[in-house]
Amino acid sequence: MWKYLLKRFLLMFPTLFGVAVVTFFLIRVIPGDVVELRLAGDRGSVSDDLLRQERARFGLDQPIWKQFVVWTTGVARLDFGTSMWTGSPIWDEIKLRFALSLQVALMATVIAVLLALPLGVLAALKQDTWVDYAVRIFSIAGLAMPSFWLGIVFILAFLIIFRWLPPMVYTPFWVNPWQNMLQLIWPALAVGYRYSAVATRMTRSAMLEVLREDYVRTARAKGLVQRLILVRHALKNAMLPVVTVVALEFAFLIGGLVVTEQVFNLNGIGLLLVQAVSHRDYTLIQALVMLVAGIFIVVNFMMDAMYAWLDPRIRYR
Amino acid sequence: MRHRTMWLSALVALTLVVSAAWGTAAFAQDKPRRGGELVFVVPSEPPSYDAHQEETFGLIHPTAPHYNTLMRVDPFDKTGTKPVGDLAESWNISKDGLIYTFKLHKGVKFHDGSEMTSKDVKASYDRIIFPPPGIKSLRKDAYAAVEVVEAPDPYTVRFRLKYAESSMLLNLASPWNWIYKADILAKDQHWYETHIMGTGPFTFVEHIKGSEWVGKRNPNYWDKGKPYLDGYRALFVKSSAQQVAAVRAGRAHIQFRSFSPPERDQLVSALGDKITVQESPWDCLNFVSMHHEKKPFDDKRVRRALSLALDRYEGSKNLSKITLVKDVGGIQVPGTPYATPPAELEKLAGYGHDIAANRAEARRLLKEAGVPDGFSFTFKNRGIPHPYEPLGIWLIDQWRQIGLNVKQEIVEASAYHPMLKRGDFEVAMDFQCGFIVEPDLDLARFVSHSDANYGKHKDKEIDELYRKQSRAADPEERKKYVRALEKRLLDDEAHVIYTLQWHRIIAHSSKVKGWTITPSHYLNNQLDTVWLTE
Repeated sequence: MWKYLLKRFLLMFPTLFGVAVVTFFLIRVIPGDVVELRLAGDRGSVSDDLLRQERARFGLDQPIWKQFVVWTTGVARLDFGTSMWTGSPIWDEIKLRFALSLQVALMATVIAVLLALPLGVLAALKQDTWVDYAVRIFSIAGLAMPSFWLGIVFILAFLIIFRWLPPMVYTPFWVNPWQNMLQLIWPALAVGYRYSAVATRMTRSAMLEVLREDYVRTARAKGLVQRLILVRHALKNAMLPVVTVVALEFAFLIGGLVVTEQVFNLNGIGLLLVQAVSHRDYTLIQALVMLVAGIFIVVNFMMDAMYAWLDPRIRYR
Repeated sequence: MRHRTMWLSALVALTLVVSAAWGTAAFAQDKPRRGGELVFVVPSEPPSYDAHQEETFGLIHPTAPHYNTLMRVDPFDKTGTKPVGDLAESWNISKDGLIYTFKLHKGVKFHDGSEMTSKDVKASYDRIIFPPPGIKSLRKDAYAAVEVVEAPDPYTVRFRLKYAESSMLLNLASPWNWIYKADILAKDQHWYETHIMGTGPFTFVEHIKGSEWVGKRNPNYWDKGKPYLDGYRALFVKSSAQQVAAVRAGRAHIQFRSFSPPERDQLVSALGDKITVQESPWDCLNFVSMHHEKKPFDDKRVRRALSLALDRYEGSKNLSKITLVKDVGGIQVPGTPYATPPAELEKLAGYGHDIAANRAEARRLLKEAGVPDGFSFTFKNRGIPHPYEPLGIWLIDQWRQIGLNVKQEIVEASAYHPMLKRGDFEVAMDFQCGFIVEPDLDLARFVSHSDANYGKHKDKEIDELYRKQSRAADPEERKKYVRALEKRLLDDEAHVIYTLQWHRIIAHSSKVKGWTITPSHYLNNQLDTVWLTE
């Protein structure tokens, strides 16, 4: 077990390095740079001297390999540098946004799991009855409706019917839980519903498969009560694909809610990444991509560990 | 009879009392009220906090209330061209126009309690005009005439000029030239990039990145009685739909840049008299640059034909319903001191009302230039929805009317300026936004050696006219040079093609008082005169 986990853990580092290489060079292929964008402003003009001076300040006049070495050396020391757009340390730019994105992702995951597990199991148990059809309609509707669209519907409904809008400024949960919930519950619901739809369908099909397995039939033949069969034998074994879907979706939510964040004016990681790209803020883009990639990799590692716990055959392989 | 007289007297007295009370109530409505927090949305966010080094309204909207400038533009002047004192109590210009002397208000304190003196004004202007190594000053060229800034005593500042320049006083009212504390600058020229320390009507509370900026009333503000507000809160909201929703739901009172006409209409129809709309021609413009080193745009007949093809008046009527443009104007914002009178405007190529005659002339010019059947070219446009995209579509349609086959290529906004700078275009949408309507500031980019002369025209006559108008002391004489430059730029040589003046629309909560729209979204953001009715 430990050997398996250690191997998975060590694999994380070359993956992160690969991400670093690709991100660093790809972002520099896109035309335009942060210096011109920032200095040209609304006037649309800036002198060549000033451009040279500013590029030198950011080290952009150095050979690209040298820029890469400087940056990776910093990353190895966990120093991601400063934002080329604002001049602030990268962590200052990211920390609040990360807290918000993480909270939305966690809330959406909780909503999704709370909806998906009972509904998926219920649909599998009552296959081809009206209950199953109702759950399927509910989950297909969730898949068909993009979260941002549902978000827009929420906003319009609030605005037109109640002349109300969720708070536009993020208040951390520990500062004011009520304000925090008033702002974040709606995006979490919009995202969680779509997320739950995927997980519900996965739970249903996995349960259907497991419920037809010989060991479940044997358990029934032994006279084991239905609840024990479900919880101890069926659900645990049906969880492998569900865990995969839930975990990957959670990792995606950290940096992938760009449009939903825009709809709810959420100051999250997704929107920050889009802004960083439009500003060509190389250091911030690199840090954000590394962060999101890091989250994916860590979630994958945790998923591997969970697989080993859920299915002993994996850890012995 | 006596009874009747008594009744009449009582009635008259009552009428007088009611009228007086009514008058007092009406007066009270207009009298600034203390208190309240102004909430406004800002579509962009400050890169750094240093206005000397920045060029975006995303900085000036949330942070201007923390600072004062030496002079400012009169916050109640709709043309945005009248300089008045801010930290300067009075000023004097020598007869030869070479020495500007300013007397400063006494008792002005920085937010840390220290006194502001001429030393601080000098240090701030030295940083702008003669930036030390490592400091970029985006506006130092506007002060090329300044030889030295002096501080002969704590309350006097003197600017000595190398030559007289008519725009100098207005230039000293630039909203970017915040007065910083000399001692801080002496220790660290970069301190103001990440910190706030001014003399302005509001002190800094906090900036939550990507979220909000908060300021509170400066109780020791030197202009006694001001500001009226207890504080303000700037919310950073990128999406325009969210900005409108914020005003509509009462989460924000105002957005100081502009809404589009449909957004204005949406707010008015939803909120009725709870919304007040202020509109003004905007000191921002899209114009068409043609690369003078690429054929056939090296031929002025072709360039003129492109301008003649545009039905600006019809375009104004239709485009103003959907996007941020409206007025047909020349090289200065309509309604401002050096704007082109309508009768003169109509004489320029493409500004006459007879569009059939204009287009016939355009076809004749194309024939004369050897392209009687028209030609094809690519028009590069910036990937920004308003007003670039509707304007681009309109231009292409207009050019097709004279037989030109135009393909539009949208270039992502971030890559647009580098494209212009490389000269990688035949015809491209160019843009400019000014902070004060002033010929010196607005026309500098059309001088042959300007870094922003993307079409690469070489025109000694324009260079000379620019120099002459800049140094003309008499406004009437200056107007003549400005008109001559305009004729050369837009008509005789048609180096560039002006489209339509941007139009600024501020639809704000009717609770907001004491704020007047100007042609520039960089002006009037100090908030010292603003108050809320409730």
